[in-house]
Formats: sequence, structure tokens, C-alpha cells
Amino acid sequence: MYGKGLRTLSIATVAALAAALSLIFFYAPLDADQGFIQKIFYLHVPLSIVALLGFVAGGVYAILHLRSGERRWDAYSYVCIHLSVIFAVGVLITGSIWAKASWGHWWVWDEPTLVSFLIVFLLYATYYPFRYAIEDPERQARYASVFAVTAGAFVPLNFLAVRLAESLVHPRVFATTAGGLPGSMMLAFLVSIAAMALLWVTLVKLELTAKSASGQLKRLRRALDAPAPGAPSRVAPEV
Amino acid sequence: MPALPLDEAGKYVAGAYVVFVVLLAVYVAIMAAKLQRIERELRELARFAEQRNGERERERVTTDV
Repeated sequence: MYGKGLRTLSIATVAALAAALSLIFFYAPLDADQGFIQKIFYLHVPLSIVALLGFVAGGVYAILHLRSGERRWDAYSYVCIHLSVIFAVGVLITGSIWAKASWGHWWVWDEPTLVSFLIVFLLYATYYPFRYAIEDPERQARYASVFAVTAGAFVPLNFLAVRLAESLVHPRVFATTAGGLPGSMMLAFLVSIAAMALLWVTLVKLELTAKSASGQLKRLRRALDAPAPGAPSRVAPEV
Repeated sequence: MPALPLDEAGKYVAGAYVVFVVLLAVYVAIMAAKLQRIERELRELARFAEQRNGERERERVTTDV
């Protein structure tokens, strides 16, 4: 059920990524201030936007789970958070590389954008030990959903707090004053966001498909009264 | 800081994009391993079901005789 449309989505993702890379390296002009190093921006910023939206999506699915009690919403929430944590690792590493190249330091502690993103990442890094510390699947799903809702609400608040902060060391993408991105750069940037969003959706669908197949397999094993395979897996949510 | 020369900036840009590709490749490899495990378990389960059906069939034939 979850695998339906996965092939089309994968093809669309590959096409979008190819288009984004072509625009980044062959269409968008070099930045007057940062030069070639600014090309990291087209990877780093879309990754961070998609990761943060993914955390919020995880919170929304957690609300659906708490309202309806349906386990599939918990699995959706889990997968969204899982993928966003992976994207967030990418954001932190690419951000550090960019910082080293343009500021001369791998990390700057007095820059609110960096520190706030690290806080969000560390917050979600505690999701796994928190979740797997609870053995009962029902309680585990419920508590994980409460966590996802609380943390998901923290993400936009955190974003707003950073926006209100005064430091302007970290570049602003959508500046409210003059000096925002020129058209060609904006096009490359928007296509990059679309490609990254498509990649995230494809990977979420892939993981949900694997979880669904695993769940169906367990049901089949129970129905056939077959012996369990090797080592028991941790209590991960199933679809 | 002034903009880095192309040869030096290129290393950083390549590094960032390689990190992204490696991260993606590791994730896809883990998912592929998971799917392989599911496929193997499914094969074992099919063999188990066939074996059990064979035993039942033999039992039925013995009872009929």
C-alpha cells in the first residue's frame, strides 16, 4: 500500500535533484561577496528548511495519533522525525564546512542560528532513547507522540526567536530590506528546496513501505504460528 | 573574510556535497539491508508454510488409507 507510486516519486526526485544541481553549478552566478563557496548555500539551507518542516510534520502526525489512537500515525510521526534527524546531521556538517570556509571557524558559539539549530537537533536526538526506554508499545507510542508535539511546537518558536535576534553574522535568505537573492539565484534556490522536499518525501515513503512490509510479515508469522527469526528487534513502531 | 580562490573554495564545496551524498548512500544501504532481511524472512515463511501443508497432506493420505 505504501509502496504505491514510489517508483514515480523516485524518478521525480532524481530529475529534480539533477535540475537543481545543473542550476546551481551552471546557471546561478557566483556570489559577489563569497564567490564559489556560496554554492554550499543551495545545499545547506534547503536541507535545514526541509528538516525543520519535517520535525513539524512529525508533531502534526503525533497530534493525529493522540486524537485517534491509530498506530499508523505514530509510525508516520516516527519516520518523519527519523528522516529529519538524518537531514539535520547533514545541515550541521555542511554548515560547519561553510563556516570554516567563509568565517575561518568550524563553529561559532555566539551565532544564534547555529546554536538554536544545534539545540533543536539535540532535542530530537533524545527522542530515540526516550522512546526505546519504554517497553509497552501503547505507552511508548503515546509518550513519543507527546514528545513529538511538544518538540514540534518548539521548532517554529525557536525559528521566530532567532529571527528576532539582532545578530546579522549569519546570512539571511529572504531579507526584508534591499539585497535579497537575485532572480537567477532565487530560481536555483527554489528548485533546490523542491528537490530536497521531494527527496525527503521519497525516503519517508520508502521507510514506511519497509515498516509496513515488516509489520505484515510479523502478522503472517503469527497467523501461521511460525517460529520467530533470530534475534528479536527493538520495539519500533509498525504500520 | 575575502572570498576564497576557486581551487581552495572548490575543496570545501566538494566536501559539503560529498557529505550529503555519503549520508544518503549510508541511509539507502541500511534500507536495502532491511529489505533484504524482510525478503529472506518471507522466503523462510513460505518454505515453512509449504512444509506444513505437505505434512498435513501426508497425514490426510495416511488417515484415508
